[in-house]
Amino acid sequence: MNRNTKVMEKSNWPRTAQLATQEREPLLRMENITKSFSGVTVLDDVSFEVRPGEVHALIGENGAGKSTLMKIVTGAYQADCGQVFWNGRPVEIKTPHQAHDLGINIVHQELMLVPQLSIGENVFLGRHPVGRGFSRWVRWGDINEQASSLLKGLGHPLDPKRPVGELSIAEQQLVEIARALAFSAELIIMDEPTSPLSEHETKRLFQAISQLKERGVSIVYISHRLKEIHQVADRVTVLRDGRHIVTRSIQEITTDNLVRYMVGREISEQFSGKKVREAGEEALRVEGLTASGKFSDISFRVRQGEIVGLAGLVGAGRTELVETLFGAGEAESGKVYLEGQLVRIKTPMDAVRHRLALVADDRKAKGLVLGGSVRFNIALAAPRKYARYRIFLNSSREKEVAGQLARELRLKISSVEQQVMYLSGGGQQKVVLAKWLSADSKVFILDEPTRGIDVGSKVEIYDLIRRLAESGVAILLVSSELEEILHLADRILVMHRGRISGELPRERASEELIMQLATGGAVH
Amino acid sequence: MRRFGPLLGLLVTSAILSFLSPYFLTFDNLINVFRQSSVNALLALGQLLVIITAGIDLSVGSILGLSCVLVAMMLKAGVPWPVCIAAAIAIGATLGMSNGLLLTKLRLPHPFIPTLGMMNVARGLAFVISGGFPVSELPDGFRFWGAGTIAYIPVPVILVVAVYALFHVFLTRTTVGRDVYAIGGNKQAAMFSGIPVDRRLTMVYALSGGLAALGAIVLAGRLNSGFPLAGDGAELDAIAAVIIGGASFFGGVGTVWGTLIGALIMGVLRNGLTLLSVSPNWQKVVIGVVIVAAVWIDVLRQRTTRKRGLARK
Repeated sequence: MNRNTKVMEKSNWPRTAQLATQEREPLLRMENITKSFSGVTVLDDVSFEVRPGEVHALIGENGAGKSTLMKIVTGAYQADCGQVFWNGRPVEIKTPHQAHDLGINIVHQELMLVPQLSIGENVFLGRHPVGRGFSRWVRWGDINEQASSLLKGLGHPLDPKRPVGELSIAEQQLVEIARALAFSAELIIMDEPTSPLSEHETKRLFQAISQLKERGVSIVYISHRLKEIHQVADRVTVLRDGRHIVTRSIQEITTDNLVRYMVGREISEQFSGKKVREAGEEALRVEGLTASGKFSDISFRVRQGEIVGLAGLVGAGRTELVETLFGAGEAESGKVYLEGQLVRIKTPMDAVRHRLALVADDRKAKGLVLGGSVRFNIALAAPRKYARYRIFLNSSREKEVAGQLARELRLKISSVEQQVMYLSGGGQQKVVLAKWLSADSKVFILDEPTRGIDVGSKVEIYDLIRRLAESGVAILLVSSELEEILHLADRILVMHRGRISGELPRERASEELIMQLATGGAVH
Repeated sequence: MRRFGPLLGLLVTSAILSFLSPYFLTFDNLINVFRQSSVNALLALGQLLVIITAGIDLSVGSILGLSCVLVAMMLKAGVPWPVCIAAAIAIGATLGMSNGLLLTKLRLPHPFIPTLGMMNVARGLAFVISGGFPVSELPDGFRFWGAGTIAYIPVPVILVVAVYALFHVFLTRTTVGRDVYAIGGNKQAAMFSGIPVDRRLTMVYALSGGLAALGAIVLAGRLNSGFPLAGDGAELDAIAAVIIGGASFFGGVGTVWGTLIGALIMGVLRNGLTLLSVSPNWQKVVIGVVIVAAVWIDVLRQRTTRKRGLARK
């Protein structure tokens, strides 16, 4: 018990100091932070501060710079320019370890716990309290007692001897928070903490957050869910395209305003220069597709020559949905029709046979054999097509087709025998597209097709998607970039927490409306 | 370089040995080396297929042992030798296929597990079935496959060259061979490209088992006996040959001819060291060093190509 209070004292110690200086000095102040990666500016002159004991929400679209900014705070990245102040003193945070020592902790989206170890061991991982002198044994009694009291302090008593692997995600989050407290955290960064949680679990997390506030711990709360931000945050900062847009007290700002700040840019001009395509026969129809825990009751259809956008936040279940459609996941119920025929797609092989194509979200993991040549990869999905008697490879024909596709897609390579590994992100994505083109696919499912791709290739890929649609291919486009979806799609479906929360025809769609549907708000 | 590295190694080793022993570079001795390497070469070929898929097959030595005993007992029971050979290969392939099915259907975490299990099961059965005794005095028609010659060339050598040529075509010129490389290069991408990954893996392990049984036929024929301890530890020699031959444990890389050269390098070393009256114990030490050195050279080479690749970018 004695040791226990010691820990409490330790984490309370800075609080007194902070309270006295609260009005004058924020806990963390970042001034004029600029960061670029290989010539692309990710953060441009961003300033950001967190006061002691406040919950400060940090929001913005994907790619706005939130993660980069937080990685600078936690020492994973170094800023190119700008200054960080901690408790008023200028600091240079060069390593995650240093950030830890200052009292900065992050609760990651993917939790960083050892599932085989107990709650107590995880809380004190790497710094078990030990005796002095010759009795340097691990003191299990102390560990368990302290872990249990930290969790109780968060409002959630858990048996510290249970292995972490048995816990729900929500409980594991709490263990991570307790771990941060055991390290005397003064600032905890939570990256999308509620995306894997149910509503009830979310409520419990918010209770824990208010406990943390009472202790004087500050929180940076990153989330896409605007409703939650109003429940939990004191202040909010919006980033957009690497720039600081606004910081306000949460009472002074409405959800609609937040969406406007997040989206911000002029989008009207992008609707120009669009040919109106005539959508043809129905190509793909999905009815009531359900996979519990991932998505439920999904119904929609895509016609030949039509581009249907599938918008939503990260974690809404879009990738799970399209991979299940492609046979890489299991659905419990629901039907899929291709050209009006009921089909059963149980493996990607079935999908390819039905001339479905999936450009997966992670091209390096799911799309390419990186050590293979451009030709090898382009022929991957349809080697039989070029083979003699369907068995013997016909490399000259493969070379011809690969070369032709490479030229068509303006792929910058010296030869089709070049390894895919050394191509740029855009080049690699073009190879994935070429693979499906060479397989004569009729329905293309594109999952984040331009993620991490330079602007030049992006434009070329947009162009290709449009040409594909014009040639009568049906396209389902999953994208977290609203601009991209609005730019390309004829119709937009929006997913929220595993369900389709709305459908918008192009004429009516706007970034604001999509964001409202994606964050669980109703469309007025 | 990747293509010619192992060949260079073989030539250098042979050159050194021919200086050290005048007998090394004679036709009789070289043919002898090849003949002695033939069983390892057959096992290594199966192992190569498995290693290209980023797997490993620890059971080939034991499958060889069990097939060896079974084929000898069938011959003794009066079954005609062509039937025995066909049956032995079928049994080996079936055992190999069960490795593949265990891996893909039970979703065991790594091929190490099912093949380690099979290694013990097959070896145990070999002893159970034979009662622990060798089965000797096999018919001549059968012995021809291990001990016969055609125009001075031992039949096992001809067999190895023929089987290797066949598998070279299979791996480099057919769609299924292409799938094998794709699975080893990136299993998930192969799956997402519509390749029937599980079916191909099962086939690869079946082929490995079948080739082990072929090795058993050659060995039993040459020694005129089937004995339960045959092929003890042979899986490790096979793996060594594949790795010396330039295949990568990470999968997706490896050639049939590289593997043959790998098997020959091991044969040449054993033969040369024996000619120089180096004890078998020291031979093991040398082979161990060669395995590590071969892979290390490969690592160095890859590091330089990667640098060059990045520089190009």
